[in-house]
Amino acid sequence: MRTFRIGGVHPEENKLSAEVATVAAELPKQAVFPLSQHIGAPAKPVVERGQVVKVGTLLAEAGGFVSAPIYSSVSGKVAKIDTVVDATGYRKPAIYINVEGDEWEESIDRSDKLETLADHPELTPEEIINRVKVAGVTGMGGAGFPTFIKLTPPPTAKATCVIINAVECEPYITSDYRLMMEHADEIIVGIDLLMKAVKVNEGYIGIECNKPKAIELFQQKLANRPEIKVVPLQKRYPQGGEKQLVDAVISRQVPAPPAIPVNVGAVVQNVGTAFAVYEAVMKHKPLFERYVTVTGKKIARPGNFLVRMGTPMIQLIDACGGMPEGDNKLLAGGPMMGKALTSVEVPVCKGTNSVTVLSGDDAKRKEPQPCIRCAKCVSACPMGLEPYLLAKLSDKSEWDRLEKEMITSCIECGSCQFTCPAHRPLLDNIRIGKTTVMGIIRARSAKK
Amino acid sequence: MNVILTAVIVLGAVGLIAAVVLFFVSKKFAVKEDPRIALVNEVLPGANCGGCGFPGCGGMASACVKAADQGSLEGLNCPVGGAVVMGKVASILGMEATASDPKVAVVRCNGSCENRPRIAEYDGLKTCRAVHACGAGETGCCNGCLGCGDCVAACKFDAIHINPTTGIPEVDEEKCVACGACVKACPRAIIELRLKGKNNRRVWVGCVNQDKGPAAMKACKVSCIACGKCVKECKFDAISLTGNVSYIDDEKCKACRACMKVCPRECIYDANFPKSIKEVMAAEAERKAAAEAKAKAAAEAKAQAESAPAPKVSPTQPKEKEE
Repeated sequence: MRTFRIGGVHPEENKLSAEVATVAAELPKQAVFPLSQHIGAPAKPVVERGQVVKVGTLLAEAGGFVSAPIYSSVSGKVAKIDTVVDATGYRKPAIYINVEGDEWEESIDRSDKLETLADHPELTPEEIINRVKVAGVTGMGGAGFPTFIKLTPPPTAKATCVIINAVECEPYITSDYRLMMEHADEIIVGIDLLMKAVKVNEGYIGIECNKPKAIELFQQKLANRPEIKVVPLQKRYPQGGEKQLVDAVISRQVPAPPAIPVNVGAVVQNVGTAFAVYEAVMKHKPLFERYVTVTGKKIARPGNFLVRMGTPMIQLIDACGGMPEGDNKLLAGGPMMGKALTSVEVPVCKGTNSVTVLSGDDAKRKEPQPCIRCAKCVSACPMGLEPYLLAKLSDKSEWDRLEKEMITSCIECGSCQFTCPAHRPLLDNIRIGKTTVMGIIRARSAKK
Repeated sequence: MNVILTAVIVLGAVGLIAAVVLFFVSKKFAVKEDPRIALVNEVLPGANCGGCGFPGCGGMASACVKAADQGSLEGLNCPVGGAVVMGKVASILGMEATASDPKVAVVRCNGSCENRPRIAEYDGLKTCRAVHACGAGETGCCNGCLGCGDCVAACKFDAIHINPTTGIPEVDEEKCVACGACVKACPRAIIELRLKGKNNRRVWVGCVNQDKGPAAMKACKVSCIACGKCVKECKFDAISLTGNVSYIDDEKCKACRACMKVCPRECIYDANFPKSIKEVMAAEAERKAAAEAKAKAAAEAKAQAESAPAPKVSPTQPKEKEE
């Protein structure tokens, strides 16, 4: 079985909610839409206070080239345009909507009928990309990069294949798995659309072997579709990282930044994004709801939900039996790369794949000890970096040296910190170094 | 014996040749340094704090000499040595010293454990930079002090320390030389270099919270809510409101403390005044009450005097008004 070449760790899986069927979450009383749910410029609001909106009404338009529009997931009245504490912990501008009823825009096709690409020969690659752009689809894996940009590679690079990221290597999270089990046909049409959009005839779905049912299901569905291959992968974190997945599936290594996977011919999209693309193109449904896993060892009934964006996380936790007693760590995302939250009212956004509640004892960090030079972090780093050195240099503010040591290649997967027997806060230090060095590089290129 | 003699002669010859070569090389490749740089360097404090903006005192010395050659020492200031050292530097270089008012570092946050409730616990790397990069910190305030002491670590003069009861850094005015190291170290720009002021008396807004009123109020008991009362009260046009927080311009401020009297959040602070503003206000209130009582007594006396000749008019007038 295939996997990526260097580094990686094996965290405990804890896929507690894997076999729990998805249910639609209850509508919130008030939905909150932060204006920056994606990488790039924040969206610009186009609604006013008191305006009546329906499900699927445009709330905010893209605020630049790298940006995405935001649509309402509920019907009701715009209560205010204010700020909300989002997953970063800081207050960011957001649109508040008081929910009344559940009235959808008429342009959205709400039927369950499967529309295939064969039924719609009129869809050109440009039309597909345009519909994806208009629908505000962003990467559903967590980072939230606007999808239409990934589908229009720079002229210097030529795409040769589409790779669908169905790895879900983060512990606890099962939302992609449930999506695959429940909407396999739609996902396959989504892959067809993505392949047509980037004009290639080669597609791969990378699935880790801890999801045998999903592998079997897709192999069965794609039995007579030789152009899309299901690639079972060994279980290893962080296989869901773009560069690791490209290496695992087609054995090509992406060079250091600013190179991106398309420089070696691969367009990588999350399986959730493939589904969102299907809905956007075939059903004219903008991105306003997504699959979210609510999980944690102490959560009474871990589950998977189809959630309207803007729903506060506490509502989902309450639907699973409420917040456990005692100190808890609340994460947007999984335990490896998830963002720790300081408020339970943080709304579900485009990139929220999971709400994970770790008990205080599990989450508590151990006292850091001196580095014993065992180099476990070096062998765990999937990017071939030397985390102990980067952390030390960052602590000493040696920015020039950090740049030479390729700190910008770090994908912040946390494997180094996970594996460190001395419990050193490696990633904390590296992250500071990375943001500082990136800032220096940006300032330098701005000067030129 | 012969062996020793040979060795001495050979080594002596090698030494002699090397000495001759080195003599000529040192003449040929001598680096000429302006002797004034060494002189200036001598009078500088030698702390190498970088407060002047140059890499250490050596850098400052050469910058001073260079500036003197161009005709002016303006813009150059050693925050540690102050006017005394700059005067010496100027006299070495045959220039006139440019005077600059002394400054001091001021911490613009009073979000102590008591004032600002903790809503979360952070247990990652304990530096302000790390906490700031990771999120808003342990409290509901996105702009306030994180209390991990990056400023303390940056200070080379032992002039700033975290107060263990409040968790907020405090500046030792005697030791602070206004080098600005803490200002650079603070990821949230809470510390500011402000003019020491006349008799060291100064007034500043001790809050940098940029949230709107309700959010700021919820986050901290002593947060600025941008109500603008201080702006209206200031007679010297020294206070401005930007980004939901008010700011006192230290160049314009006359330290009259009128703003402190009206601030409903008590987030304007003063230093080195003989009496606290509360004492002043209490005294003023007392005086006012006394004056009022006096005025009332006088008015009553007057009313009594007036009511004697015309007793029927005064009681009926208010009644008519009531109706």
